[in-house]
Amino acid sequence: MSSAHDAGGLTERRHEILTPEGVPLQLTVAAAGDRLGALLLDQLFIGLGVLALGIPLLWLLVRGVVVPDLVAAAFVLGIFLARNVYYPFFELSWQGQTPGKRLLKIRVVDRHGGSLRAEAVVARNLTREVEIFLPLAAVSGAGSFFPGAPGLARLLALAWLLLFGLLPLFNKDRLRVGDLLAGTIVVLQPEPILLPDLSTGAAPPGEEGFTAAQLDAYGVYELQVLEDLLRGSGPGRQETLEAVASKIRARIGWEGREPAEAFLRRYYAALRGRLEGRLLFGKRRADKHDQAD
Amino acid sequence: MPLTLKSAAFRAEREASWRELEELVRRAERRGVRALTGAELARLPPLYRAAVSSLSVARAISLDRNALRYLESLCARAYLLVYGTRRHLREAADDFFRRRFPVALRAHGWHVLLASLLLAGGILTGFAMVLRDPDRFYAFVSPAMAQGRGPTASTEALRDVLYSRKGAAEMLNTFAMFLFSHNAQVGLLAFAAGFAGGVPSALLVFGNGLALGAFAALYASRGLSLELWAWLLPHGVTELSAVVLCGAAGLALGQALVFPGRRDRLSALAARGREAAVLVVGAVAMLFVAALVEGIFRQLVHSVAARYAVAGAFAFGWALYFSLAGRRR
Repeated sequence: MSSAHDAGGLTERRHEILTPEGVPLQLTVAAAGDRLGALLLDQLFIGLGVLALGIPLLWLLVRGVVVPDLVAAAFVLGIFLARNVYYPFFELSWQGQTPGKRLLKIRVVDRHGGSLRAEAVVARNLTREVEIFLPLAAVSGAGSFFPGAPGLARLLALAWLLLFGLLPLFNKDRLRVGDLLAGTIVVLQPEPILLPDLSTGAAPPGEEGFTAAQLDAYGVYELQVLEDLLRGSGPGRQETLEAVASKIRARIGWEGREPAEAFLRRYYAALRGRLEGRLLFGKRRADKHDQAD
Repeated sequence: MPLTLKSAAFRAEREASWRELEELVRRAERRGVRALTGAELARLPPLYRAAVSSLSVARAISLDRNALRYLESLCARAYLLVYGTRRHLREAADDFFRRRFPVALRAHGWHVLLASLLLAGGILTGFAMVLRDPDRFYAFVSPAMAQGRGPTASTEALRDVLYSRKGAAEMLNTFAMFLFSHNAQVGLLAFAAGFAGGVPSALLVFGNGLALGAFAALYASRGLSLELWAWLLPHGVTELSAVVLCGAAGLALGQALVFPGRRDRLSALAARGREAAVLVVGAVAMLFVAALVEGIFRQLVHSVAARYAVAGAFAFGWALYFSLAGRRR
């Protein structure tokens, strides 16, 4: 799951919010699968809760203490309350997370960067009834749902209901109707880790020796690909490093014979120094094809 | 000589404060904001602002992707903590009923008026049409809702429904069923259907009126009008107001969708949706009250005068609440 999110900005959808300090923050939009998983988990928890309530009731029923009518009513009431209180309660007290969302590391935030307000939470959860449970009921019991309607009308109504529920799949921010109404969006809980700086920790001693022309061979994109490569791990790493090192050596005409990794680290540090230095003067070279300056 | 980049020096200087913020955020995420001590809570905003400013600077001077990503996510996490909801549910509920709900209702005056007219129009139409042709009753009222009541039922049977006595279990049952009965459904549906342009909301409210009018005509044809309304109004005052509010919320949504005004459609919808949701939440609370009245009061009190008195008291109470609550003194 997490690999899909870390696939280098290709599969993930980003959403930018502007904090009250005026700094734009990029959040990753939660994938539809995660949303569905969180929903199913939450429904499971609700079901377990109602069951926990129901077992003593059933026991009382078997012992003849209460009448079936009362048990049925308590069940109906319990399910109604559970379904309508569970989500708002958790999303309000856990900052936009329910137990299911927490397990899947996603959360609800305001789409424009404000704070998540109580009525937004309530609005997005009220519509869940109409988006999900209505289509479900319609699909499972289409006959009782549209009594006396002609087949075609029934089919159209069904399609319309389904469209309501499937809306998240048709927009890039994965917004469901409730999100549209409440102005919210569900994002991935961000949590990368800070790794040691490549330019300091292992900066190898030795001749600096790269000329300006050799450092101008690449831009920011290549630098960061190199960074990912150096930080990476796994079976094929050494071979990749060798291959990349020989490519770079060929491109910049480098004669040195040091090991691939040491060379790449040194070249990375020097290249970053060069590109960052130019960045300070407002010149950002996006990649090796960028000849803007 | 190991070369030191400006961005690396920048990072070395600030890393300790990032780590401190990360630790606070991690604990707060895991065990809630209350896991932090007072001193730590006080540290949170300055640390957050420092991290946000680090991020701005790092974007300008650093090409270390890992550090940028880390800062970005750290700021996002801290931001969610600092600007997430902080109010407790009870506090929010308190504020809701004292201020937000009545204020939202007054802000939607025209929508409420329109929805009321739709409901009244539905009732009158249903009444007039069924009075002229009793068979139309079946067109307006579904069998599940009629529960055997209809033009073919005897006057005695119709009368008995108004004065049935039930035990405690049945009361609770009625109460629970009421929540699921088409009232709450119609309410939520009318709100959500506003997303489809508001027309379905209007139809739902009107259709609800038609069914009610059909019942009224049925009972009127047997000379039971006075007693029917005595049976209906104690909870009906609250229930019908709630349906009107849901309809008004749906109409407001439809308006935002069709006539977004100067904003773009999506943000108009979001702004309207939040306001309209206030109405619907209030309406659901009102349906709860109505359910209590229907489930308990109506089964216990059979005096027509008392029923009318309670209906009047409810009407007066709601009018007072909606016109006065939440106004600044």
